[in-house]
Amino acid sequence: MTAMVTIATTELKRLFRSPLAWSILGIIQFILALIFFKLVDEFIYTIQPKAAGLDNAPGVTETLVVAVYLWAGMILLAVMPLLTMRSIAEERANKTFVLLRSSPLSTTDIVLGKFLALIGFILILVGMISLMPLSLALGTSLDFGHSLIAALGLFLLLSSFAAAGLFISAISPQPTIAALASFGFLFFLLVLYIAGKSQTEGSELFVYLSHFGHFLSFLKGIFDSADLIYYCLFIIGFLVLTIRKLDNERLG
Amino acid sequence: MTQQVLVQATNLQRRFGANTVVNDLSITLHQGEVLGLLGPNGAGKSTTMQMLTGNLAPTQGKILIADIDLLDSPKEAKQHIGYLPENPPLYQDMTVYETLLYCAKLRGVARNKRKAQIDTAIQRCHLEDVRKRLIANLSKGYKQRVGIAQAILHEPSVIILDEPTSGLDPIQIKKIRILIRELGDDHSVILSTHRLPEVKMICDKVQIIDAGTTVFKDSLQALENNVSQVIVSFANKVSLDNIRALTEVEDVAQDDQSYILTAKSDLQALIDQLCQTSVEKGWKVAEISPLKKSLESIFLNLVHKDSGGN
Repeated sequence: MTAMVTIATTELKRLFRSPLAWSILGIIQFILALIFFKLVDEFIYTIQPKAAGLDNAPGVTETLVVAVYLWAGMILLAVMPLLTMRSIAEERANKTFVLLRSSPLSTTDIVLGKFLALIGFILILVGMISLMPLSLALGTSLDFGHSLIAALGLFLLLSSFAAAGLFISAISPQPTIAALASFGFLFFLLVLYIAGKSQTEGSELFVYLSHFGHFLSFLKGIFDSADLIYYCLFIIGFLVLTIRKLDNERLG
Repeated sequence: MTQQVLVQATNLQRRFGANTVVNDLSITLHQGEVLGLLGPNGAGKSTTMQMLTGNLAPTQGKILIADIDLLDSPKEAKQHIGYLPENPPLYQDMTVYETLLYCAKLRGVARNKRKAQIDTAIQRCHLEDVRKRLIANLSKGYKQRVGIAQAILHEPSVIILDEPTSGLDPIQIKKIRILIRELGDDHSVILSTHRLPEVKMICDKVQIIDAGTTVFKDSLQALENNVSQVIVSFANKVSLDNIRALTEVEDVAQDDQSYILTAKSDLQALIDQLCQTSVEKGWKVAEISPLKKSLESIFLNLVHKDSGGN
C-alpha cells in the first residue's frame, strides 16, 4: 500500500519534471479556450435569440458547458496515449523498469501505483478544463449538478483511456508503438459508437461497448449507475490484464 | 563454522524460443563470499543474474534467496537482494538524492533509518559531490556509481552486480573493488566481469560459464594451491621413455625441449624422485618449475576449446 503511494507520487512528480505534462496542459487549455470562446460567441449571437421565444429552451449548461467537455474528451483521446506510453513501455526502453522489478514490490503495487499517478494527472486536467465553464457562473446561472456530472463523465472517460493505455503500454516493446496502438484502440471504440449509431444499420451492442456512448449519457446530465459500472469494469478489466501480463513475464 | 547459504540456485534453465541461453546451471553462495561469474560475451551471465534477481523467470529450476523461494514469494525474497543490472536503472529526471530516497522507500527502509542509510551509500560510492545533480547530467562513471549505491542502499544480504566496474576510471575501479571486498565480508556478492585480474583481486570463488553451462567452478584458494604439474628441461638429451619410467609420473607431455610432468599424487615426491634420478643417471637438469594454473590459462583453455570445437 505505501509502496503503491510512493510509486504514484514519484511518477506524478517525475511527470511534471518533464516538459510533456506542461505542454499537454498548456496546449489543451489553449485549444479548448479557443473552442470555448467560439461557443460563447455562438451562444450569444445565434442560439440565445432563437431560444428566447421557446418553451423549455436549452440553457447555457446544456449547450455550452457540455460542448466543452465533449471537445475535451475528443482531443484527449489523442493525448492520453502519450502519457500512458511513458508508464511502462518507455521505462522498458530506458531499462529503468528493472528498478521496480527488482525491488520488493508486487506487480499490483507497480501497476496501481502507475495508474494512480495517471489519475492524479487526469484530476488536474479535468480541474483545469472545468475552470472555463465555471467562469460562466460569474455572469449567468449554471446548472451545477449537470456540470458536475459532465465533469465526472470526463474523468471516468479519461480514466478508462488511462487503464487501456497502461495495458497497451505493458504489451508494447516501444513507447511510440504503445502510443500509436493506444490511440488506435481508443479511436476504434469511438468508431464503434459511430457505427452503432448509423442511420441504416445501427447496433445497440456497438453503442453499449463503446466508452463514448456512456460518456454522452453523463454529458446529458444523467447519472446512470450502469454507466458508472461500465467504466469501473472497463478500468478494472484492463488493470487486471496489465498485472497478469507483467506477472506472466516474470513467471515465464 | 558453517556460514549460512544465501543463494541456492539449482538446475537453472532459460530458453528464448528455441534458443537455450542458460542450461542446467547451479550456483551456491554462502554468507561472506564473493563469487565471480566469468564468461565470454553471450555466455549467459546477464541472463543468469536477471533470473537470480527475479527479473526473468527461469524456464526450469529453483532459486532460494536466504531460504526463501524467489518464484513463490518474490516480494519477501527481493527484500534480500540488491541488483545492479548492465545498465544502471536510473530515472534521468531525478537527482541522485531523490533517486536514492525513492529506492529506500521502495525497499521498505524504515523512515528513521532512511537518511543514515542513504548517507552511507553516498559516502561508500563517493557521490558526495553530485548528490543534488540530475542523473541526466552525470557522466557514465557517476551513473554507474549511483547504480551501485542503489544496490547496496537497503543493506541486502545478497548483492548482485553485473559488470560493476565498467565505465569507471582506474582510480574509481580501485575504490569500487575495495568497496566490493568490504561488502563481501558481511554480505554475499555475485559479480560478473570479463576482467580476470578483477576476479583474482576480489573474489573468493570463481565460476566460469560458457554457452549457458558451468565449465569451471572452484575457490580461488584451491586454484592457488592446486599445482600438480612441473616443467622440466634438460641440458642434454633425455628421452621421453626414460622419464615415463619414473614411478611418480602420471603423465608426460613434451613441449619442444621441455617436458610437462603430472604428478601421480604428490608433486614434491615427483620432484624429489626426478632430482635423485637425474643425479644417478647423469641428466643435466636445466630447469624445474611448478606449473601454476592461472585463471587466464584455465579460462582460455576452457572457453577456447569450446568455441574452437564447434
